[in-house]
This record gives sequence, structure tokens and C-alpha cells, in this order.
Amino acid sequence: MTGLKRITSYQSLIAILFAVVIALTFQGTSFAQGREPTDDEVNRIAKKLFCPVCENTPLDVCPTEACRQWREQIREMLSEGKAEEEIIDYFAVTYGERAAGDPRDKVRAYLLPVVAILGGTFLLFRALQMWKKPKAAESTILKKDSPASQQDEYVAQIEEELKKRS
Amino acid sequence: MMTEIERTPRRAVPLWTQIIVWAFLVALLAIVATGLSRAQEGTVQPGHVIDDFALTMYNGYELDGKSEVNFSDLRGKVVVINFWASWCKPCEQEAAELQQAWTEYEPTGEVIFLGIDYVDTETDARVYMKKFGIRFPNGPDLATKISQYFRIKGVPETYFADKEGVLRYVHVGPFVSIEQIRSQIEPLLR
Repeated sequence: MTGLKRITSYQSLIAILFAVVIALTFQGTSFAQGREPTDDEVNRIAKKLFCPVCENTPLDVCPTEACRQWREQIREMLSEGKAEEEIIDYFAVTYGERAAGDPRDKVRAYLLPVVAILGGTFLLFRALQMWKKPKAAESTILKKDSPASQQDEYVAQIEEELKKRS
Repeated sequence: MMTEIERTPRRAVPLWTQIIVWAFLVALLAIVATGLSRAQEGTVQPGHVIDDFALTMYNGYELDGKSEVNFSDLRGKVVVINFWASWCKPCEQEAAELQQAWTEYEPTGEVIFLGIDYVDTETDARVYMKKFGIRFPNGPDLATKISQYFRIKGVPETYFADKEGVLRYVHVGPFVSIEQIRSQIEPLLR
């Protein structure tokens, strides 16, 4: 009888321990899903956004009420499991690209101006080259049988004769 | 010494090159001029015909049950466009007056109040509207397109348009009394 009671009490103890372990496991899981983002995590994203009211002020350092609300919104979206790119895209769509700082369409914003400047520079360079070439091409061409060359020979002969006589 | 100089015939710059270079320069100047001109412009002035714009309304704050309103659909009615934000302290001063004015004019069907929430979060906007008992149509200014069109300098700002969609009055800052609001609406109803 005593042995049976002991077994029963052991079983109860094990059952209780098992229940506690299960409860702790689920508690741990739900805590991980609803984890409150840290200020550093919020500011890491806020640094890439700009205050909607004060010009050129990054969101992480802006003291206004509007910025505080935006940072809270970032915190909320992070706790929902949203990624950084998703959050920044949301702000760009909702509040305009200037809120995001970095343009969403990077090809249009960065590549096109570079191509336009390089193309324009090339065209100007070619135009300048074409304007300069005709001047460089001007040259003195002495023709052998031309009257001018014959006169030069005659002058040279006279000069030689004059030297001999002097 | 006399020599004969043979001159190489001068090559002209191809016409297409000249056209492209000049077109490029003119376009660049036009872009710079447009940017400078816009930077110096103030808010949209009375007398200006307001371009059509779309406003998506917050749930529960629709206009006649519609979740999106086009300004052009409001022809024939006086429209009061109020830019506000929950983080804007001066906006709180006029919230009750605006709501009261809407309550007075809404039954006539001749005046529409549109609240445009400027760079705000929906959560805080709803708290604000609930706090001040605001019930007239309201929606967020997505991507700040509407505020950029009006070139607002801050909030609150209120624009009064007549029945033909022409801007007639701009009020910068909060209203201090409902009489101020009435004094702008009444002439537009005649």
C-alpha cells in the first residue's frame, strides 16, 4: 500500500513537472513572437527616414511629436515582424519619397542623370574636336613647280652670288 | 619667302550634334528655372482653379458612404479643405469650431468639409478625432500629394473653394471662432 501511494505521488509529481515545462515552453514562444523592439532597433531604421516637418532632420534625432509618433509606428511594425525594407517602403508610399531619404526607384534617380551627363559631355567633346580639327589641318604645302618655289631658288642663287663677290 | 598655302576645307559640326547639344542645354536650363520658380512660390492663391485630386477616407469618416472622393465630384458645392495633424497643437484650438460648423452646414447639403490629415499616423489621428468629436469626412494625405499641390507651409491651413472649384480664401493658422468660418462660407453660398 505504501509502495502504491509512493508510485502515485511520483506520477503526480511528474505530471505537475511536465505541465510546468509545457507552460513555460508556450510562454517562451509567445514572448519571442511579441518581443518589444529595442530603441536601437527602432533607431537603426529611423536613421534612414527623415522628419516630415523639419527639413533634413533624421527621424532618430528629431524631437518633435510627429517624429515620436513615427518612431512608435516603426516599433509597432517591427513587433509585427515586418522587415526593414517593408517599413521604409511603407513610409515612402504613405508619406512621400522625401520621408525615405533614399529614392525607391534608384535606377531612375541615380543612373539616368549620370548617363545624361556623360552623354552630354561626350557630345560637347566631339563638337569641340570637330571645331578644332580644321585649324590643325591647315598646313603649308610647297609645290615644286609653282612660281613661288622657282622664285625662292632664284633668290637663293642671287644671295650666293652676292656672297662670292663680297 | 612666298609660299602657297593649301587650306584644308573646314568641316562643319553635323547638324544633329548641334541640335542635341543645344536641346540638352535648353532642357537643363528649363529644369533649373522650374525648380527655382517653384521654390519661390507661396501657397496656392485665391482665384486659382483647384485641380482635381483624390482623397482616400479613413474608415468611418467617409463622405456619403464613399471611401474615396474626387474633388471634381464636389462641383456645385462649397468645399472647405482643412489640413491638420494630431501632433499639431494649434490644430486642437480649431477642432471643435470646425466640427460645429460642419454640424451646422452639413444638413443643407451645400457645404462639404474635407479634413486632410498631414503626415500623421492613423492610430494617433483616430485618437485625435475621437478626442474632439470630429465626425466630418477625413482622410490621410497619402505621399503628401495634396499638400504639395496646395504648397502648404504648415498645419493648420484651411482652403475655401466655391461651387465652381475656384479657390476663394486661404486661412493660415487655427480659427479662433465659428464666426470666422461662417464669414468665409456665407459669401460663397450666395
